Amino acid sequence: MIQAASHDAPSSHDHAPPPATFTVRVLRQDAPDQPSYWEKHTIVRENDMNVISVLQRMAAQAETADGNPVTPVAWDCNCLEEVCGACTMLINGRTRQACSALVDKLLVDNPEGIELRPMSKFPVLRDLMVSRARLFRALQKAKAWIPVDGYYDLGSGPKQSPADQEVAYPLSECMSCGCCLEACPQYTKIELTKRDGETDAEFKARETSAYDGAFIGAHAISQVMLFNTHPTGKMNAGERLDALTAEGGIQVCGNAQNCVAVCPKHIPLTTSIARAGRATTLHSLKKFFDL
Amino acid sequence: MAKQRVLIVGGGLAGLAAAMQLAESGTDVDLMSLTPVKRSHSVCAQGGINSVNELTRQQGDNEHLHFDDTVYGGDFLQHQPPVKEMTEWGPKIINLMDRLGVPFNRTPEGFRDQRRFGGTLFKRTAFAGATTGQQLLYALDEQVRRWETAGKVKKYEFWDFLGPMLDENGICRGAVAQDLVTMEIRTFPADAVIVGTGGCGLIFGRSTMSMACTGSAAARCFRVGAKYGNGEFIQVHPTAIPGADKLRLMSESARGEGGRVWVPRTPQDPRDPKSIPEAERYYFLEERYPKYGNLVPRDIATREIFSICTEDGLSVEKDRLCVYLDLTHLPKSAHDKLGGILDIYEKFQGVDPREVPMKIFPAVHYSMGGLWVDYERTPSGGLKPGSPKNQVTNIPGLYAIGECDYQYHGANRLGANSLLSCIFSGLIVAPGVQNWMKAIPGGPAADKPSSFYEAERKKHQAAHDKLLHRTGGGENPYLIHQELGNVMTKAATVVRYNNVLRDAYATVCELQQRAEKCSLSDTGNWTNQNVVFTKALVDMFPLARTILKGALQRDECRGAHFKPEFSPAGIDASASPTDRRRLAEEWCDRFELNTAKWCKSTVATLGADGEPQIAYEDVDTSLITPRPRLYGLVGAEAIEQVWNERQAAKKNGAATNGSAVAATAS
Repeated sequence: MIQAASHDAPSSHDHAPPPATFTVRVLRQDAPDQPSYWEKHTIVRENDMNVISVLQRMAAQAETADGNPVTPVAWDCNCLEEVCGACTMLINGRTRQACSALVDKLLVDNPEGIELRPMSKFPVLRDLMVSRARLFRALQKAKAWIPVDGYYDLGSGPKQSPADQEVAYPLSECMSCGCCLEACPQYTKIELTKRDGETDAEFKARETSAYDGAFIGAHAISQVMLFNTHPTGKMNAGERLDALTAEGGIQVCGNAQNCVAVCPKHIPLTTSIARAGRATTLHSLKKFFDL
Repeated sequence: MAKQRVLIVGGGLAGLAAAMQLAESGTDVDLMSLTPVKRSHSVCAQGGINSVNELTRQQGDNEHLHFDDTVYGGDFLQHQPPVKEMTEWGPKIINLMDRLGVPFNRTPEGFRDQRRFGGTLFKRTAFAGATTGQQLLYALDEQVRRWETAGKVKKYEFWDFLGPMLDENGICRGAVAQDLVTMEIRTFPADAVIVGTGGCGLIFGRSTMSMACTGSAAARCFRVGAKYGNGEFIQVHPTAIPGADKLRLMSESARGEGGRVWVPRTPQDPRDPKSIPEAERYYFLEERYPKYGNLVPRDIATREIFSICTEDGLSVEKDRLCVYLDLTHLPKSAHDKLGGILDIYEKFQGVDPREVPMKIFPAVHYSMGGLWVDYERTPSGGLKPGSPKNQVTNIPGLYAIGECDYQYHGANRLGANSLLSCIFSGLIVAPGVQNWMKAIPGGPAADKPSSFYEAERKKHQAAHDKLLHRTGGGENPYLIHQELGNVMTKAATVVRYNNVLRDAYATVCELQQRAEKCSLSDTGNWTNQNVVFTKALVDMFPLARTILKGALQRDECRGAHFKPEFSPAGIDASASPTDRRRLAEEWCDRFELNTAKWCKSTVATLGADGEPQIAYEDVDTSLITPRPRLYGLVGAEAIEQVWNERQAAKKNGAATNGSAVAATAS
């Protein structure tokens, strides 16, 4: 009955027919060392549109709302099913995937149009495309893998209870999209440029060291807990906890809890951080007393 | 001597499996991908991965039955030794993935849980929630990251493979590629190149595939002489959610749990579907197939949904083809069981499928065809381990693995077999490549003069510059892609007619000429996605033409390739027993004639004029004799009886001949 009543209740869905066209404002930037600028596009609304199809239409029409010819907006995407993590950007100010951002819903919330910006915590390569190399570097630092003996046939993996699988599976759904980092007040942008006379390898080494010295981020902390609770992975738990107690480790977390609120996969990131906090404390004490 | 290197193009399941296997056994690897490898299309696989397991074994299952299901499902179009080997490796591969930490679902006792998939009677499929592909990919990604950290693998992410480099003897010496950010074009000298770049769904415009699945890497190999096998075999999944940007999969389990497919009897009835009375709904699968209802096999469901919209004009919407898949009548318990997939629908359609019938339509899903590859057979019918011939294309030093090879699925792929074939081909290619590198004719790639590589680079740089600075033309690459997708979807998916295929071929040739006149809206040299897309578009045409030509020439029905004109009719069930017997004999004669004529791989090479030249090669069916698929055919019992008698007679004949030979020999 309650459901029926809510169906009959007037809502913006029933009464405001979707507009024939809508406006999209995009924050563009031609290259890393260039200034950013806003650009306005008019898009004809179709059924079942998401932000990806908006960007596709913009590329095909190749002109702004004022009719000026423009280059297509650069953006990153692949699966379009919210499992690859590529198309993360700021949509009406919120960090999320463009593929699962539905135009009709966005227009209900924001009838004046849609605003697209690149993530702000990563260096812009061009337009909405950013480099998330630091995010993947954190997974190296955290040794986020099972260090198996090798790939010969050595029988099956360890038995696991369904309860343990149910804890591990959500953590393993992390698609490295970077939403948790974008929302984190402690995670600040690192953008380096190559110096004159610096080789590629030297630049890479300087970049890696800068990444390693800064906050590792909620995603990597959660991955440490994933591997540290796996029956094989836990054999090397200490190495991963070392990464979390090093510079840029878990101590940097300010407990703002933004990460868990924006995670598109609803990964219990703050639970992972709390567990990791206890584990690193214990680990440090053990090391201190050389237990 | 400089250290040898292998270049792997593509970082999905196949490419990552090859990378970790090569790195473990000491080979340095360059791993190139359009996207960070963790974002590869393998993440989209939902259902699971097949293998025989301890449980099914005790229910009578074994590797041979998995092998048999796979070749029967593939309508006997695949060479049997690689498939046999793959199914024998199945249990080992699942164990390995388990050790690598894949969070497979568990039984109460802590074993891996298994579910049943189409085309088999056994619960062979291990799964991890509703994202098995993602979980398998992540496990391999983590291992490759481990090797990357150790310095054995060097990743080149956001790089576009422009083509293999062949020396004067036609041996592959590496590849040319372009950085998608800086647009730098450079060469990657390599002692072997392994291409694992997935399917070519984007040729059909929208499909269930990811945006990287353009087929361009395979096409660039095809352009320099690699053969392309079984191109016309494209799997269409019956139920996908139509979207403006892509078609997203709706799992078969929605029907498994009681979902009903229907259309309003009045074309494009504008009423709210829930207010349309039962009598005015056409549950066409249930009416046409009373025995199986909504759970008819995939290919039949696909054809029926397609034809109710195209031929009967009963699509739910006027401008878009779709039918209702209705779960609104189901109890909450069924909705809960389907939770994950219902959430996907709600997330992308903004509508709750528990309350409102879903709108679905078939979508291009998998390319069974791909780069032609070789193998070395053992006397017992398996693959010779470590043979440099395993997975090699007809170009020495150039290998293909995963969905972009043609080897494992024949005319139709079984559900949950693709993840297995990707990992398997990635693992077995490694020792063969290492043996190839021990004795490369003409020495290692590092010993080739730099002038050879520089010439290759210049060639690609010149082509790039020419495209960038093309004036005139005025064609829009995105609109041409839409047109190509429309033509291909209409002509070469579910139902195929020769006149339609012929017209489509002519249209695609015209589109190809227009694509050569694309003007770029971005002529810059920094992260220019416009030029990268245009190049990929231009490279869709050789494969599109191969798919159409292969389909046009193949006058029969096999697996996913269905031509009504050549569909074998059943036999008159009301005929007298004598007549029925005669009709069944004739039916079997026709089947055997057709097998002799068409149970052959389609092998295409690209002519200098851009015309695919098609030849046919015998298929190694020495392990399991091709037999008819009689599902739903009128008179199937009579045909089956005749067929079985013939097989028994052949067996006896063979045994008699065998003993005669033995007697002579002694």
